[in-house]
Amino acid sequence: MKLRIIVTLKNGVLDPQGKAIQHALGGLGFEGVDDVRAGKIFELDVADSTSDAAIDEMCRKLLANTVIENYRIERA
Amino acid sequence: MKTAVIVFPGSNCDRDIAVALEAVTGTKPQMVWHGESALPSGLGLIALPGGFSYGDYLRCGAIAARSPVVQAVVEAADRGTPVIGICNGFQVLTETGLLPGALMRNSGLNFVCRDVPLTVDNSQSIFTSAYRAGEQITVPVAHHDGNFFADAETLDRIEGEGRVAFRYTHDINGSARNIAGLLNKAGNVLGMMPHPERRIEAAHGGTDGRKLFEGLLEAVS
Repeated sequence: MKLRIIVTLKNGVLDPQGKAIQHALGGLGFEGVDDVRAGKIFELDVADSTSDAAIDEMCRKLLANTVIENYRIERA
Repeated sequence: MKTAVIVFPGSNCDRDIAVALEAVTGTKPQMVWHGESALPSGLGLIALPGGFSYGDYLRCGAIAARSPVVQAVVEAADRGTPVIGICNGFQVLTETGLLPGALMRNSGLNFVCRDVPLTVDNSQSIFTSAYRAGEQITVPVAHHDGNFFADAETLDRIEGEGRVAFRYTHDINGSARNIAGLLNKAGNVLGMMPHPERRIEAAHGGTDGRKLFEGLLEAVS
């Protein structure tokens, strides 16, 4: 089973990297980019028997730091 | 005092802290590899050193925080053993949950490597008892991810509980409320981005860091 875990910064957490990317886009002449938030995507290949609870635990225990990040699980 | 330094793949301040601890305590610390599942007994201090544990993969300190030895460090901390995490060690401590908040990329995106002035905010802890409250000291920093973040409610709580040990006198990395060093609620765990182990003897340009270890030695012995 293939999974895609998308980890994004929570609202209210400043993202200096996203800001730098936004400025770089502006520097390339792209106008109207109001905000950029950088995140991470993990592609996992797990046994079909892996439970939803275990997948959720993987996210909470390691893949995301829930102090600053949210995660979303997509099944491919 | 018996001490231990945890060594991860990618640690690079483990020898600095070992030299500092030996200079102050007179006893060589035990170097404990990350794959160990148990710590030596009777430790007066466990140190998590600076560096780039596991290459800073995933998030700084994230993989180290899940290593076998750090589970033993968390259990020792819960039993009251003093634990100090410096730089990457501070990042590891927040990732374990022993300390609140998170350390994010510096707001200016630059690696900041220089001496910085700090204010001693709480001089009552076992780590800061050799300093005066409000004393200004100079200690070097060397980090890319030292931007301390916690939500406003958490910040109010930790400030109210007197858990800010050190603050930057001015903003160097975007840290919330200029927090440079933070204690756990029980006061036996300290995380800090600046490197006190690099200010131990006059040849380092000052000895402001030495007092942290001297104060601790006196407090726990």
